[in-house]
Amino acid sequence: MGSRASTLLREEEIEEIKKETGCKLCQNAPLYLSQTSITNPVFNSVFSREDFQRIPELAINPLGDRIINAFFPEGEDQVNFRGFMRTLAHFRPIEDNEKNKNAAPSEPLNSRTNKLLFAFRLYDLDRDDKISRDELLQVLRMMVGVNISDEQLGSIADRTIQEADTNGDNSISFNEFMKVLEKVDVEQKMSIRFLH
Amino acid sequence: CGTYRAFLLFVCCLLSQTPGSNGEVPPKPAGSVTILPPIKPIDGPQAYPEAEKASLPVFTMDYPRIQIPFEVTLWVLLASFAKIGFHVYHKITVWVPESCLLISIGLIVGAIMHSVHEEPPAVLTSNVFFLYMLPPIVLDSGYFMPTRPFFENIGTVLWFAVVGTLWNSIGIGMSLFAICQIEAFGVQDINLQENLLFATIISAVDPVAVLNVFEDVSVNEQLYIVVFGECLFNDAVTVVLYNMFTFVADMPVVEPVDVFLGVARFFVVGIGGMAFGILFGFVSAFTTRFTSKVREIEPLFIFMYSYLAYLVAELFAISSIMAIVTCSLTMKYYVEENVSQRSCTTIRHVVKMLGSISETLIFFFLGVVTITTEHEFNWGYILFTLLFAFVWRGLGVLVLTQIINPFRTIPFNLKDQFGLAYGGLRGAVSFALAFTLPDNIGRKQLFITATIAIILFTVFLQGISIRPLIEFINVRRTNRNLETINVEVHCRLMEHTVAGIEDLCGQWSHFYWKDKFLKFNTRILRKILIRDSRAESSIVALYKKLELQNAMEILDTVAGDISAAPSIVSLYDEKKNPKPKAYLAGDLRNMHDILSKNMYNIRQRTVAFTSKYSLPNDRHTKEILIRRHASIRRSLRPGSFQNSNVSKSQKYYSLPAGQSLESRFSPRRLTQTGKDCNPTRSSSSRAMMPLKRLDTLKEAVSVDMLNENKEDSGSRAGTTRSNSSSRDSRLPAPRRQLSPPREEDNGFSDNLINVHHEAEEEDHPSPSPPPAWAAEPRDNANRNPLLRRPQWNPKKT
Repeated sequence: MGSRASTLLREEEIEEIKKETGCKLCQNAPLYLSQTSITNPVFNSVFSREDFQRIPELAINPLGDRIINAFFPEGEDQVNFRGFMRTLAHFRPIEDNEKNKNAAPSEPLNSRTNKLLFAFRLYDLDRDDKISRDELLQVLRMMVGVNISDEQLGSIADRTIQEADTNGDNSISFNEFMKVLEKVDVEQKMSIRFLH
Repeated sequence: CGTYRAFLLFVCCLLSQTPGSNGEVPPKPAGSVTILPPIKPIDGPQAYPEAEKASLPVFTMDYPRIQIPFEVTLWVLLASFAKIGFHVYHKITVWVPESCLLISIGLIVGAIMHSVHEEPPAVLTSNVFFLYMLPPIVLDSGYFMPTRPFFENIGTVLWFAVVGTLWNSIGIGMSLFAICQIEAFGVQDINLQENLLFATIISAVDPVAVLNVFEDVSVNEQLYIVVFGECLFNDAVTVVLYNMFTFVADMPVVEPVDVFLGVARFFVVGIGGMAFGILFGFVSAFTTRFTSKVREIEPLFIFMYSYLAYLVAELFAISSIMAIVTCSLTMKYYVEENVSQRSCTTIRHVVKMLGSISETLIFFFLGVVTITTEHEFNWGYILFTLLFAFVWRGLGVLVLTQIINPFRTIPFNLKDQFGLAYGGLRGAVSFALAFTLPDNIGRKQLFITATIAIILFTVFLQGISIRPLIEFINVRRTNRNLETINVEVHCRLMEHTVAGIEDLCGQWSHFYWKDKFLKFNTRILRKILIRDSRAESSIVALYKKLELQNAMEILDTVAGDISAAPSIVSLYDEKKNPKPKAYLAGDLRNMHDILSKNMYNIRQRTVAFTSKYSLPNDRHTKEILIRRHASIRRSLRPGSFQNSNVSKSQKYYSLPAGQSLESRFSPRRLTQTGKDCNPTRSSSSRAMMPLKRLDTLKEAVSVDMLNENKEDSGSRAGTTRSNSSSRDSRLPAPRRQLSPPREEDNGFSDNLINVHHEAEEEDHPSPSPPPAWAAEPRDNANRNPLLRRPQWNPKKT
C-alpha cells in the first residue's frame, strides 16, 4: 500500500483525462482502482484482457467478451488508464446544461451519437461501418437462449435488417442505426449513474 | 374451489374441538397434555381402568397425547394449502402480495372460529413467536442476502436503521402525546413514556412484510438493499428503546442519567449482537472444516449454530436478529466452500423452506388473532396513529436522505425516496412486541388494537398499491406502441452493455476496506476456516457451483447440441440474395414473443434475491457459461486447426470472428520479438500467480494465440512457440503451488525466466517443434483441467 504514492498518475495527466472525458470522478479513480480486480498492482502499467476477464460478472454477461473488446483500441492487447477512462466516459450521464452547449470544440464523448456509436461497434466488429446479417446473427445468438432454432433467428435477423435498411444494401449503416433508435431514450439507457 | 372450502371448514371444525386456552396470551402450557377436551369422541377409555373388563378394546383413541403436535401440523398444513390455493389463480399473486392473502385467509378462519365460539389455539404467544417463528425467517433473509451490495451500502443501512428508527419513534411518540392532551379523544391517561413505548413498537419496520411485498416489485438494487438492511438492523434500536421505555414507563420522571444509560445500552445491544453473530459464524465455519467424513449431518451445523447465536443473544437480551443475521453472513462464505455440493443444496433448500413456513404461519395467525382478540377501539387515537406513522416516515426519509446523499456513490433520487418511504411496512414483529407489553400499562388493549390496525393498513394498502405506483413512476417515459424488432434487440444490447460496465465499475467503491479485508481473509481466515485453503478466483468457484461435471456430460452426450454454432457458415452461403419478404403481423408478433421470452435478461442482481419463494435461478448463467466453455473446448480440439472453415465459423461466440482478429493481430505479432511480448506475458503471468486463477479463461486467450499462429505458423514459430509454451506451462503451474508470491516487482525477465523454469520442471512433455501443432492441442486437452473429469483437487506436490 505504501507504493501507491509513488505510482499515482501525474497531475497533468489527470487533468488531461478530466478534460477529455469530462469525468470528475477520475480524480478519485486511481485510489479506487489501486488494487481492484482490473488493475495490476503497479499503477502505470496497462490493463490487459485477462484483467477484465477476471471479473466474474462479465463472464456471465452474454456480451461480456465484446464489452471487454470495446475497451481495447483496434488491434491492441492493452489499454492504459487513459484509454480506459475514455471508453468509460461514453457512459457518463448527459447533464442538462451540456445539451445546450453548442460551442463545444469536439463532441463530448458521452453525446448521444457517441453512445450509439459505442453500441454500433459492439455489433460491427470488422469496422466496416455496416452491420451485416452475419454480425447481427452473431449478436442475436449471443443474446438469445439455446431454444431458438436457426431459422427463427434468421428470420428475426432478416426482419431487423428489413426494418432498418433504407438504402437496400442489406446491412445496417450507422445512420440507419441512429434513425431506427431515434425514439429511444438512449441517453438514459446508456448511462451509469455514478459516473459524473 | 367448493371442495376446498368444504375441506377448510371441516378442518376448522376439527380444530375447534380442541380446547384452546382462554384469552389471547396465555403462557404456553408447559408439558401441555393436561387439558381434557370437552367433547371426547366415541369410545374413549384412557387406559384400561377396570381389570374385570373382559374384552380387549379393539379401537381406542387417545387424543390428548398427540394433541399439540397434531394441531401444529394441521395448522401448518392449512396455511400451506392456502398458499397452494393462491397460485391456482395466477393473477392474484401479481397484484396482491402473499402476505395480504394469507392474512385474509386467517381473518376468515378466525371469523369461523369466533362464530363457533372457540378460542384460537394457544400457539401465537409471544414466546413462541420470538423463539420459534422469527428465527427461520431472519435466517432466510440473512443467508440469501447479497453481500457485496450490502457492504457497499452499509453506512446508509445503519444510518437509516438507527437514526431513522429513533426519528420515527420519538416523532410519533411526541405527536401522539400531543394528541392525547386533547380531551375529545379520551386518552389523557396515557403519559409520555407510554406513548413513546407505543411509538417504538409501531415504528419497527418489519422484514417479513417488506420482503414479501418487494419480491414482485422490481426496485433497483440500491433501494432494495437499503430497505432490507434497515429492516434487519433496526431491531437493535427497537429492542433498546422498547426495554428502556418499558422500564421507564412507570417512573414519573425521566432523568438524564437514564437517557445516557440508554445510549450505552444501545451500543451494547447492537455491537454485542454482531459480535456474537460473528463469533458463532466463525465457530461454525471452523467446525465444517472437519466434517468431511460426516457429510450427512453437515447442514445440521449451520442451523444449530445460527439458532444458538439467536438464543444466546436472547439470553443476554441483546439484539438477537442482528446476531443471527451476522452469523449467517459470516458463515455462508466459508461454509459453502467446506461442505459438499449436496449439503450446500440441502442447506439452501431447508433454509428457504423453514423461512417460508414461518412466514406463512405468522401472517396466517395474524389474521386469526385479529378477529379473536378483544379490541378496544378508539378511533381518534388509531387514525392519528396511522397518520403520524405515515407522515413521520416520509419526513424521516426525506431528511435523512438529504443528509446522507453526499456520502453515497449513487445518490437517492426522489423516486427512490418514495420507494423507501412507502415501503416501510409494519408487520409481525410489531405485533409480537405489542403482545409482550407488560400488563401494568393501562391501555394495553388499545395499543394492541392500534398496532393491529396499523399492520393491516400498511400491509394491505401499501402492499397492494406499491406495485402500481412504482410502475407508474418508472414508466413515465416509455412509449406504449409496439416497438420494432430493431428497438427491442438494440435496447437489450444496450442494457446488457450497461450492466456489464456497471459490473466492471462495481469494483470501485469502498475499495480500501474491502481490499484490506480480502487480504486478511486470504492470508489468515481462509487458512483456518477452510479445509483445503487454496486461493480461488470467484470464477472458478462459480464453475464449481454450477456443477461442472454435469455441464461436461451435457456437452458430451448431446454431442455439443447446446454448444453447436448455429451453422453460421451454412447460412452465410445460402443467403446471398435475400429477397425482401413480407412479414405478416402474426409473424411479427411471433418474433416479439420469441425475443421477449428467450432473450437473456439483464443480470438483475436483485432478482435472485428478491424472489423469496424460490432459490436463485441459475439456468441462464449456466447456459452462457456452458457456451463459453464449449467454444473454448472446441477451439482446443485438434481438428479445428486444420480446418480452413475455422476462420469463418465462430471460434467462440463472443470474441471477434477469426478473420478480422487475425488480420489485425498478425502484423503486430510479427513485429513482436520475445522481449516485446514480455510485458503482456509477465503481467498476466504475475496476475496469474494467485494460484489457479482462471485457468479456464486463460485458455481463451491462449486459444487466441494458437489461432493466430495457425496462420503464420512457419516464420514466427520461435517466439510464439515459446509464448504458447509459457502459457501452456502456466496451466498446470498453479496446481503446483509455486508459492512465493510473485507479486514483487521483479524485472520482467525474471518472471519470464521463472515461467520457463516451470516449463522445464514440468512432468509433461515440453512443447514440440512447429510441425506438431496438431499434437499440441491434444496435449492440451489432456492437461486441460476443463476436460478432465474434474475432481478439482489440485495436486500438491
